[in-house]
Amino acid sequence: MTSSAPLRGRLRIVAVGLASLWLASLWLATAAWAQGAAPRPPADTRQPAAPRAPADTRPLPEMRWGGDPEGGFPYVEADPNDPTRVEGFEVDVAGLIARGLGRRPHFVSVQFTSIDASVKRGDFVIGLGGIEDTPARRATLAVTVPYYEFREVLTVREADRARFRTLSDFRGKRVGTLGGTIAYEILLKAETDLGVVPVSYDDDVHPYSDLVLGRLDAVLLDDVLANKAMRREKGLATLAGTVAIGHYVGVLDRANDALRDRIDTILKAAMRDGALQAIFTKWRIWNTEQPVLYSRVLGEAPPSAAPGAIPGAASSTLPAAPTGSSSSVPDGGLGVVVRYLPALARAALITIVLSCLAMALAVAGGVLVASGRVYGGPLLRGVLMAYVELTRGTPVLLQLFVLYYGLAEFVRLPAFLAALIGLGLNYAAYESEIYRSALEAVPRGQLEAARILGLTERQVFVLIRGPQALRLALAPMTNDFVALLKDSSLVSVLTVVELTKQTQIFAANIGSWVVPGALCAAMYLAMSLPLSKLARRMEERWKAPTP
Amino acid sequence: MSTLLLDARGVRLRRGTREVLCGVDLQVGAGELVALMGLSGGGKTTFLRAVAGLEAFDAGTLSVDGIDLRAGRMPDRDAVRALRRKVGMVFQFHYLFEHMTALHNVWLAPVHVHRVPKAEAESRARALLDQLGVGARANALPRELSGGEAQRVAIARALAVDPPLLLMDEPTASLDPARRDELGETLEKLTAAGRTLLAATHDDDFVRDFADRVIVMAQGQVVEQGPPSSVLVNPQHPATKQLLSQKKNHAEKERSR
Repeated sequence: MTSSAPLRGRLRIVAVGLASLWLASLWLATAAWAQGAAPRPPADTRQPAAPRAPADTRPLPEMRWGGDPEGGFPYVEADPNDPTRVEGFEVDVAGLIARGLGRRPHFVSVQFTSIDASVKRGDFVIGLGGIEDTPARRATLAVTVPYYEFREVLTVREADRARFRTLSDFRGKRVGTLGGTIAYEILLKAETDLGVVPVSYDDDVHPYSDLVLGRLDAVLLDDVLANKAMRREKGLATLAGTVAIGHYVGVLDRANDALRDRIDTILKAAMRDGALQAIFTKWRIWNTEQPVLYSRVLGEAPPSAAPGAIPGAASSTLPAAPTGSSSSVPDGGLGVVVRYLPALARAALITIVLSCLAMALAVAGGVLVASGRVYGGPLLRGVLMAYVELTRGTPVLLQLFVLYYGLAEFVRLPAFLAALIGLGLNYAAYESEIYRSALEAVPRGQLEAARILGLTERQVFVLIRGPQALRLALAPMTNDFVALLKDSSLVSVLTVVELTKQTQIFAANIGSWVVPGALCAAMYLAMSLPLSKLARRMEERWKAPTP
Repeated sequence: MSTLLLDARGVRLRRGTREVLCGVDLQVGAGELVALMGLSGGGKTTFLRAVAGLEAFDAGTLSVDGIDLRAGRMPDRDAVRALRRKVGMVFQFHYLFEHMTALHNVWLAPVHVHRVPKAEAESRARALLDQLGVGARANALPRELSGGEAQRVAIARALAVDPPLLLMDEPTASLDPARRDELGETLEKLTAAGRTLLAATHDDDFVRDFADRVIVMAQGQVVEQGPPSSVLVNPQHPATKQLLSQKKNHAEKERSR
């Protein structure tokens, strides 16, 4: 007979506002997503790209090669007319190699950052697709001769063209690139040397779109990618200077040395007879630098000793550290670990701060949603249920993309804030279910006893129902916090470099997952174990009476 | 019967299509200890809940110590607020606040509802628990209490805000005979001090020994009332007879076992 009108009224306003904002944003953003603001998901392209070999119809043995179709034109791109087929210059290079080996190319789709690990596992014999020649790769893999030379260039907004010339002009400015690449290494070095702020992306499309949006001040990437982006985005300009020079290579497992040598022979023949030139011309990336590279590969350097950095590289602003200097040659020993520890610790700090803030948001949101669902009227209950089901029923990764990229046209959230809101609102849905069932588990008789004693609805909630529900919710909440701690690794898609992302970078750099993986796991455990212990202690304390 | 503390006339209450109370006429005078008897499902507990303001009723009038509750779906907030100072209730399953000590259960309402300073409320709560014989258990949590102890803490909690009318639902259900007599004596002391008690119960031994008056409900109505010596010894209504014979059969079965 007693009602909860004042409490209900206030809750309704807050909760309806919260829920409708979230719903509206998901709605709008899904539309934006559909229009292609977000990256294309990698198409499953397991069908072989037809070699279009001469009239030879005998079944040939397969040559499995791996690449990332998310790299897109002109590297490896899913055929828009038939997504099971891929095309691009790397596809043609793979076809050329396969033909030379008397085999049939079979494409295996793999994430760009996983190509090295995947080729070591034996998922395919050779990885291709804009793979850079780095000392780390040379130390851990069998690397082919370089078959394409690219320049790392800086792209800025047209309006800023006059303000910047070289990397040293970007002190305190945000410069984006693809994570795990030479360009990223250059930016990391520029962070310490020049005060540049590096921002790492998982793909090569969003750095440029964020540059247009003003989230970045420049993008440092391969000229091939920069040219592709300039065709796609309007209002961008690439600076004239070359920051560094790099080369694309194919990678094989070290056990496949002999095969690599055969492939080198095939590539060299293709340099001589113009087959490579034909491919690069077809894809409109042929330029005068390539013949110089070829004559160097064919003339001077023996294949196995092909240097990562070509002598005399025109690196105007920076010594091209990652492509040659001994400082970044991985030794796999303690030195590398020590060198990476500060970065890992910083990333772990981001993970823990992000998780704690997101959990605080999730708890606050969860309490509001749960209270609204328990105390609210039918309309509020319906809206909140829709929020919970929509949030629980869609991948958090999608929600993060939508928040950061999909909503960018309406509201430009900084990456960390977007990550915080995305994770917080996602977990709020789960928390609200925990609190709702905990609230409903408190016996109604106790609530009635409290009402008869004269307690107001608010007092019943604060003094009787809430505290008991909290005790019931503690164990599942701890569980969720630990899950959130790990799910926070997903926010690396929003350019936030947290622990897992930093580990990936570390692993890519030294070409091994063993030490970075163990370190990363240890750090996560160091964060989650005390949490569980704290929760257990609180539970025990709450078993004792309240003072 | 001196002044009427509880006056119910023609109270009707419907739950869905079922009419749980079909015109209850029932009066309790100040200082009385009245037992409300009847078969399960006869409407006793529902009536107590209506008197406590936990359920809205559809027709009739209910007045408690001058507070008039109106029939209707919407709760009359002001009347309910006033009612809270008049009516206390002890539930069959006690419903003590599980996360608080016995003592905290008792001083909670005086402090948070009646703004009594905490030290004063606490010492009065302690005195109440002493008076009910559970002073030694003041710092125990509800789950550590026996059924009888929990019952007495629940009574202390209800008395802490000093309501003129105390409702009790099956107060002897969790008690052995010795404890039951103790409770009866406690309740007699309360009525002697001017408190009015209305207890829904199945326990005719308890009623015979302690109640001033017994009211029998069946199918949502009062069917018989009077002093226990006449109603229990010489029942008139078939429902009362059934109630008592059931009890007898049960007792015989127990004996023959």
